[in-house]
Amino acid sequence: MLSDQDRIFTNLYGYQDWGLDAARKRGDWDNTKAILDKGPDGIVDEIKASGLRGRGGAGFPTGLKWSFMPKESDGKPTYLVVNADEGEPGTCKDRELMRHDPHKLVEGCLVAGFAMRASAAYIYIRGEFMVEANNLEAAVQQAYDAGLIGPNACGSGYSFDVFVHRGAGAYICGEETALIESLEGKKGQPRLKPPFPAGVGVWGRPTTVNNVESIAVAPTIMRRGADWFAGFGRDNNNGTKVFCISGHVEQPCNVEEEMSIPLRELIEKHAGGVRGGWDNLLAIIPGGSSVRMLPKSICDDVLMDFDALSAEKSGLGTAAVIVMDKSTDLIRAIARLSQFYAHESCGQCTPCREGTGWMWRIMERLATGEADVAEIDMLLEVSTQIEGHTICALGDAAAWPIQGLMRHFRPMVEARIMDRKNSQPTAA
Amino acid sequence: MKRVPAPADQQPDSFAFTAENLEVAKRHIAKYPPRRQASAVMPLLDLAQRQHENWLPRAAMDAVAEMLEMPRIRVYEVATFYTMYNLAPVGQHFVQICTTTPCWLRGSDDVVSACKSKLGIEMGDTTADGKFTVIEVECLGACVNAPMMQINDDYYEDLTAASTIAVLEALAKGETPKVGPQSGRHTTEPAGGPTTLREFMGDG
Repeated sequence: MLSDQDRIFTNLYGYQDWGLDAARKRGDWDNTKAILDKGPDGIVDEIKASGLRGRGGAGFPTGLKWSFMPKESDGKPTYLVVNADEGEPGTCKDRELMRHDPHKLVEGCLVAGFAMRASAAYIYIRGEFMVEANNLEAAVQQAYDAGLIGPNACGSGYSFDVFVHRGAGAYICGEETALIESLEGKKGQPRLKPPFPAGVGVWGRPTTVNNVESIAVAPTIMRRGADWFAGFGRDNNNGTKVFCISGHVEQPCNVEEEMSIPLRELIEKHAGGVRGGWDNLLAIIPGGSSVRMLPKSICDDVLMDFDALSAEKSGLGTAAVIVMDKSTDLIRAIARLSQFYAHESCGQCTPCREGTGWMWRIMERLATGEADVAEIDMLLEVSTQIEGHTICALGDAAAWPIQGLMRHFRPMVEARIMDRKNSQPTAA
Repeated sequence: MKRVPAPADQQPDSFAFTAENLEVAKRHIAKYPPRRQASAVMPLLDLAQRQHENWLPRAAMDAVAEMLEMPRIRVYEVATFYTMYNLAPVGQHFVQICTTTPCWLRGSDDVVSACKSKLGIEMGDTTADGKFTVIEVECLGACVNAPMMQINDDYYEDLTAASTIAVLEALAKGETPKVGPQSGRHTTEPAGGPTTLREFMGDG
């Protein structure tokens, strides 16, 4: 188990104050100038060497992403945009980082922004997170007042601004180009790529979009060194990670742990185990609602990291572990996710706009058993026609939970249809 | 809830920011680069809604459009796209119950039933006295504190049917119930106390 000395988010639960003085006691803003003195390339190299991969779901190497930003300025601004539009069902980690440890994020904005030669950071926080936005705005103001950001940030001679922008209720704005559209004051509808944001982003300027956690860990990695961070987890899956454990466990919780921790150990050490014991487990969605579920047989020994979960045709996603015990109606659980995606489709691409609603309606029929067995294959066929045929990944995200259900629990779905057929009185 | 704008007879003829909110609006606009004032449309719509009993009349959208030099249709698009903008009047206490899978697994059906029976209304409706509106919403991002509901700006978490009713009763009486977990938990640590970071439970 990770020791407390190696935990980055020591105020994860908010037992201590979130403000600047308390944050400084926890080690934040400690000689940040020394970090900046390493220069943009020095910081990018260190982050690359640490093995940090993006914490928002896709797992793209963070240092590499930063290196895509222009090295030579054309005299106009470039931007870091922090994706704090946390809304992937099961995920509630960035909320805790922002309301209890906002200075880690603000300092991270300066370090990451400096490393990518950006002129300002915009933190796009989901609109419902009011307390979190208030704490974050107050932390930004404290940092300005203390000269940590703004002109000559931390005495480095570098000028850097941080702004907080509140969303207004749209899951799709967690997609980076939809978020950029939204930040420009438009409907949150994703853009076609290329051009990628590092070339043409917000207001037409080079932009990098990173998850809250990816940015907030950067100062600690710079202080303790790439080797320290890379020492946790398996190769290509390094570091520590905040996991969210929800659903049918004795004690749902957030916890920061080492990457590659066995799923069972994570649940039993921190969440009090599966309700009714490990043998009462039916299935787990290991990385937020968009990844495919795993049956107990895989959960028994799978590791919680990018590579182990993708090898099982699932994914680490946001590391939001949704546990379902044997009392769960799995078909209904997935039908509810299908409803979620139908509600959150932005309506831009036809396969997603029409397909998510269609899949939801079929899933509702499968949940009652009022369907034909042949509809299962039709549903899977349609899901593959949505997957990969839309501008953004919401179509994929809507297809995968259904595919995961059918991959591991198809006999259950068929049995429900047959049970209903057999219970209907036959025509004379 | 159907997102249908309020009918004409409920729409006010005009809308203007208060002097105080006008200053707040200017601070929002100043966050964005010159000539990119359209970026302030979301914070300004939110500000207008807060000034106008938690819903956005068309006149407010028009006022925002004028202030930001945007075509009105661009503001209407934003106001109708994002779910947090209420296009018609809502109750004084705007109750949003999360029923997405992580909350559903932990008993959001009980929260829904408790609200319906306590308030005597269906999902999407407003009580006759105008005090409560209840709607079902998608994931609010508090999944390890499920089930939960948001009332105006506040999250009420770790709910049961009984604690849901207690929160509603307190609000009905004009009291201010404790926000956050209703279970005795501090925040998102495991119930019964954290398994990590115990030495960080003090003042630092």
